[in-house]
Amino acid sequence: MNILSTLAEYAGRAHSCASPTRVRTKHFPIWLKSLLLFLPLTLTGCVGGESNVEQGNREGVLHYGNGAEPQGLDPHVVTGVPENHLIRALFEGLAVKNPYTLEPEPGVAESWDFSEDGRVITFHINPEARWSNGDPVTADDYVWSWMRALHPDMGNLYAYMLFPILNAEAFFSRKIENFDEVGVKAPDPHTLVVTLTEPTPYFVQLMDHYSTFAVHRPTIEKHGKFTDRYTRWTRVENMVGNGAFVLEDWQLNRRIVMRRSDTYWDRDHVRLNKVVFYPTENVVSEERGFRAGQLHYTQSIPLDKIPVYQAMEDSLYVQEPYLGTYFYLVNTKRPPLDDSRVRRALSMAVDRDTLMGSVMQGSAYSAYSITPPGTLGYQPPKTFDYDPEEARRLLAEAGYPNGEGWPGIELIYNTFEAHRKIAVAVQQMWKDVLNIEVTIANQEWKVYLDAVSTMNFDIARRGWIGDYVDPNNFLDLYLTGGGNNNTGYADPAYDELILRTAPQAKTREERFAAFYKAEKMLMEQMPIIPIYTYTSKHLIHPSVCGLPPNLMDSLNLKYVWLKADRTSPSEPCD
Amino acid sequence: MGRFLAIRLLQAIPVILAVITVTFFLVRVAPGGPFDSEKAVLPEVKAALEAQYRLDLPLFQQYTAYLGDLAQGDFGPSFKYPGRSVNELIGAGLPVTAELGLYALLIATVIGGLAGVIASLRPNTPQDYIPMALAMIGICMPTFLLGPLLVLLFGIELEWLPVSGWGDIPGDKLLPSITLGAAYAAYIARLSRAGMLEVLSQDYIRTARAKGLPEWQVVVKHGLRGGLLPVVAFLGPAFAGLLAGSFVVETIFQIPGLGRFYVQAAFNRDYTMILGTTVFLSTLIVLFNLLSDVLAAWLNPRLRHQFGGKA
Repeated sequence: MNILSTLAEYAGRAHSCASPTRVRTKHFPIWLKSLLLFLPLTLTGCVGGESNVEQGNREGVLHYGNGAEPQGLDPHVVTGVPENHLIRALFEGLAVKNPYTLEPEPGVAESWDFSEDGRVITFHINPEARWSNGDPVTADDYVWSWMRALHPDMGNLYAYMLFPILNAEAFFSRKIENFDEVGVKAPDPHTLVVTLTEPTPYFVQLMDHYSTFAVHRPTIEKHGKFTDRYTRWTRVENMVGNGAFVLEDWQLNRRIVMRRSDTYWDRDHVRLNKVVFYPTENVVSEERGFRAGQLHYTQSIPLDKIPVYQAMEDSLYVQEPYLGTYFYLVNTKRPPLDDSRVRRALSMAVDRDTLMGSVMQGSAYSAYSITPPGTLGYQPPKTFDYDPEEARRLLAEAGYPNGEGWPGIELIYNTFEAHRKIAVAVQQMWKDVLNIEVTIANQEWKVYLDAVSTMNFDIARRGWIGDYVDPNNFLDLYLTGGGNNNTGYADPAYDELILRTAPQAKTREERFAAFYKAEKMLMEQMPIIPIYTYTSKHLIHPSVCGLPPNLMDSLNLKYVWLKADRTSPSEPCD
Repeated sequence: MGRFLAIRLLQAIPVILAVITVTFFLVRVAPGGPFDSEKAVLPEVKAALEAQYRLDLPLFQQYTAYLGDLAQGDFGPSFKYPGRSVNELIGAGLPVTAELGLYALLIATVIGGLAGVIASLRPNTPQDYIPMALAMIGICMPTFLLGPLLVLLFGIELEWLPVSGWGDIPGDKLLPSITLGAAYAAYIARLSRAGMLEVLSQDYIRTARAKGLPEWQVVVKHGLRGGLLPVVAFLGPAFAGLLAGSFVVETIFQIPGLGRFYVQAAFNRDYTMILGTTVFLSTLIVLFNLLSDVLAAWLNPRLRHQFGGKA
């Protein structure tokens, strides 16, 4: 017993040197303390001291949970959200999104103007814009970079972002060989003239998408063929960018460190000295890291932790609607789902509000349309509601009164616990309301993708995240034969509204009216069953300022700073 | 001994070749390809990507081309991480996983061996039951449960140790090593107990005792060498198993090791990465098995004769 109490005393001392804030061991019995002491002390001695967050606040270093290791950092090669955060810190587009309003504001271009017919945009490039090696950023950089982004050998998954430009698609699909025929010209180093096929109101927004960023030609050409995907130009020692930050360190699956750029045109407004990005793939570990003071910001949060954080006073949990919709694809070519009454009945039998409250723990919002509400002011139509009576009537009308004669269908989803929970709940709702049998089945990710793209399913879970804030980004999915349609839905009147009426509209109201009409038609046919609008979900340390929640979950690190003495999110930053 | 080694090494070649061939064709049979994504990929893009990675060639030609590259030690470029070669990714992950495996094995051997020996000295008494019950719990407790429990206690509640990372903060290597080592410690405890019990009942131990040697000398000098033989035979495959099976621990603690790459590669259909890691790990397993055979032979005079040498 003597040894035990000595050990326990030692444990208390060791604990106090490692952790100045909390003393919890006193609640443990002596034998447990001694047991706990054994391993850590013999092998490492005392650890602890200042956390990442404390040190970061002192030195202006943001510790950012970025979700995953990036595929790479070449803007014309990679796709994905973690890549987006990194690339938009290292590079800057012609225009950038203001994180508060999401409206475009000057980036590399200090201004831009539209021709009378809206088909020609002239970007005036900031003469102060520099590459990180000191070279000026010129209009020619854009002409060359867009040639690269569109080059058919490049295999750029986001090449279509530049398709609004005259002849861009023709160059991409090798219908024309000469890039001079494409509508991008640089009459002088500071002027970029872009000619579009037809007026595209969201084109300036696209300039903040990394696939439209300029890359440094001499650097790329020095490290291989310009269309090669796997050269070393994005390595720390080679990388040249034009953003607010430059790459300082990149340790695979550990961290990426960036420091403030000395050559960035607006460097005086950049307030962070460094940013450290962590590949926090495991949300549970990420949340633990946040609690232990290793991170200022998490990319996500485990679903079961949401109520815990929400219950806290001055909660550090921030939830905001996100430009994405979770829905079920319906194969309109297979009976009984080829009947729109059946599809509507299925949709009306889903009690979304209950689903959001129970399964989703309040972490998402019920959706009744494909376009998320508030997409640049656009409010989608609500053509239906949870209505068991009407659902039963429609199903009876389609020939299955009270589920009689129902042939049975299958709902597939990619293997993931949250998808399973929703599928089980929806399956039960269909059983309760319509008295029909639906089997559910999970599939491994690539198997599921294969099933969706070949339409080898009855009903399939699906999500769509917008690339730019415009209803067009959601509604053009259901054009006849569209690559992401996957439902067999085809309606020439719908195509007409999206492809002709909306682009030719003179005002935003007129354009949105065309979208509204189209979406109403879509929802009456119901080739998709909307379930919920996504949300962005983050834990943010109170010292982080200038990181407002927004519909795009858009991060502009230029605006972010750390205020060490801010201890609650309710305190003002300024 | 030399001849034994040479034969075993030659036997390894067809094994590894078979692994390459089966893996190569098996991953191609799996539905979906490396460039499928949630957003539809334009056919032009897909064609360009396939051309860049030689996937447009007939399958058998791809296979021979891959074997050609492999002969030069080149595992090819990763599909998922453009700009990185598989060699580089393995090179980045291996030292971490190997270090983790080594610590885990060290912890497992010391704790497990000690527990096993202590238990064997007084069989069927509490001195036997307690370590063996703990060992049974260790075997039954999966790493995905033990890891978070240890983190909760030492990382969050007591704030003694970092909750994740590897080599970033002092002490962050400890919890993952213990988590990974625990199950192996339990196996080793049972193996060493069984081995010691067998040895301690042998005639030569009785002779040693009859000579009047103190008990600790009997155990340490005469007992251990024979008693730990099963443990040694287990160590080689165990280390290879630790390398290939550290995925769960690497995920829990956000460790940038090989295991994570391996599993992600399969989900991503990153053909070159799947092949690269499989070939690499299977080679390691073959080598470690060989190594533990050699070690066992060195410890056990009776086996030496089977190799035809006098060593």
